[in-house]
Amino acid sequence: MEQDINIKITDRDGVTHAIVAPTDMAMNLMEVVRSYELAPEGTIGICGGMAMCASCQCYVLSNTELPEMQDDEEAMLSEAFDVKENSRLGCQIQMTPAMEGLEVELAPES
Amino acid sequence: MIKTDILIIGAGPTGLFAVFEAGLLKLKCHLIDALPQQGGQCSELYPKKPIYDIPAYPEILAGDLTHKLMEQCKQFEPGFTLGERAETIDKQEDGTFIVTTNKGTKHQAPVVAIAGGLGSFEPRKPLIHNIADFEDKGVEYMIKEPEFYRDKKVVIAGGGDSALDWSIFLSDIASSVTLIHRRNEFRGHLDSVEKVQELKTAGKINLITPAEVVGILGDKKLKGIVVKQAEHIEKEFELECDHFIPLFGLSPKLGPIANWGLEIEKNAIKVNNALDYQTNIPGIYAIGDVNTYPGKLKLILCGFHEATLMCQSAYQIINPGKRFVLKYTTVSGVNGFDGTRKEAPKAVVKKIE
Repeated sequence: MEQDINIKITDRDGVTHAIVAPTDMAMNLMEVVRSYELAPEGTIGICGGMAMCASCQCYVLSNTELPEMQDDEEAMLSEAFDVKENSRLGCQIQMTPAMEGLEVELAPES
Repeated sequence: MIKTDILIIGAGPTGLFAVFEAGLLKLKCHLIDALPQQGGQCSELYPKKPIYDIPAYPEILAGDLTHKLMEQCKQFEPGFTLGERAETIDKQEDGTFIVTTNKGTKHQAPVVAIAGGLGSFEPRKPLIHNIADFEDKGVEYMIKEPEFYRDKKVVIAGGGDSALDWSIFLSDIASSVTLIHRRNEFRGHLDSVEKVQELKTAGKINLITPAEVVGILGDKKLKGIVVKQAEHIEKEFELECDHFIPLFGLSPKLGPIANWGLEIEKNAIKVNNALDYQTNIPGIYAIGDVNTYPGKLKLILCGFHEATLMCQSAYQIINPGKRFVLKYTTVSGVNGFDGTRKEAPKAVVKKIE
């Protein structure tokens, strides 16, 4: 049976939210942020999750083993602003049991 | 002054379908869009990507959807003001509205339908501390008139299609073209990447990668830029140029519409979804992704529905008290404003012997 996972998301105001995310709804991190309304609508997930806008950029704080970065995510991050070593696009991180304990901080809106 | 029945802000799928529905009610439409082409996000962000939830289309490319919507509404002869952003709205004594764009084009209509999606697409500006001081003084975020760059030293920054395509195009016009990108890899159509490679080899494009522009030099007018290059060892150097064009894509912003006195919630315009998608200002509607109401879903198919109901309500405003009932297109056919008529073929009545 699929399970829920516990992750921590720090919003753009610096507030950390401990939340529970389902792993059986094919949701990604950007969608989890939207479902919990941790960032205003229209400021995250603008392209809908195609790795084409970087509005869901986040900094990964935990040492969770993440899915390998694909070409389109790498290309988008190379054009985005406020990019750090630990930047990822939330829309490219699927909620799977392996993401248990993930901690991220949302990058500033740009 | 451009006059029409329904003035639509936004020429994306919802706005284009509204033209068709309005046409069935003999209402004429004019559309304003900040982008230079129709289709909104579908043509700007992902024209080559498939959409799977348009009813009756198991799969359709976003660009093809735009073409089909244009084809479907063309007999209703919509007018377009493209490449201009709707800036202000003024209610007139006769109840009509005048909408003026950032270029001063004026439009007048008794009904305004905002189908603005996520807002108008604005260029994303790189975080260079003094860049604002040089905007339009050597720094441009979009290329409007290529001839402007004739015999000038131009630096373009970015790694996508527009950076590649403009570098190629300007290499024939400008005295020099330098393309700066944070990585050695570019994301674009294969032939654009190959063409830049060819021009680089021929010495017509100066390529600096992986590098970033970190500063701007000049006094009142741009004289050069500071480049930070990160290959092997990190180094910073100055590069003389007349123009610096950062092309980092576009991001949608609600923009001036936010100041029209409309009720805004969650970066979207609140509407009456129990009735007709009208906003708090009578005569102004909001349809498609730009609106919000309990249970709102930002889907193209929902925008089509909202556009249809909006047109019925607009008809009442434009033709007060005039009777009308919904007709099926299969029964009544489609009479275009251009004199064309589409209709179902008549049944054959013939005796079988």
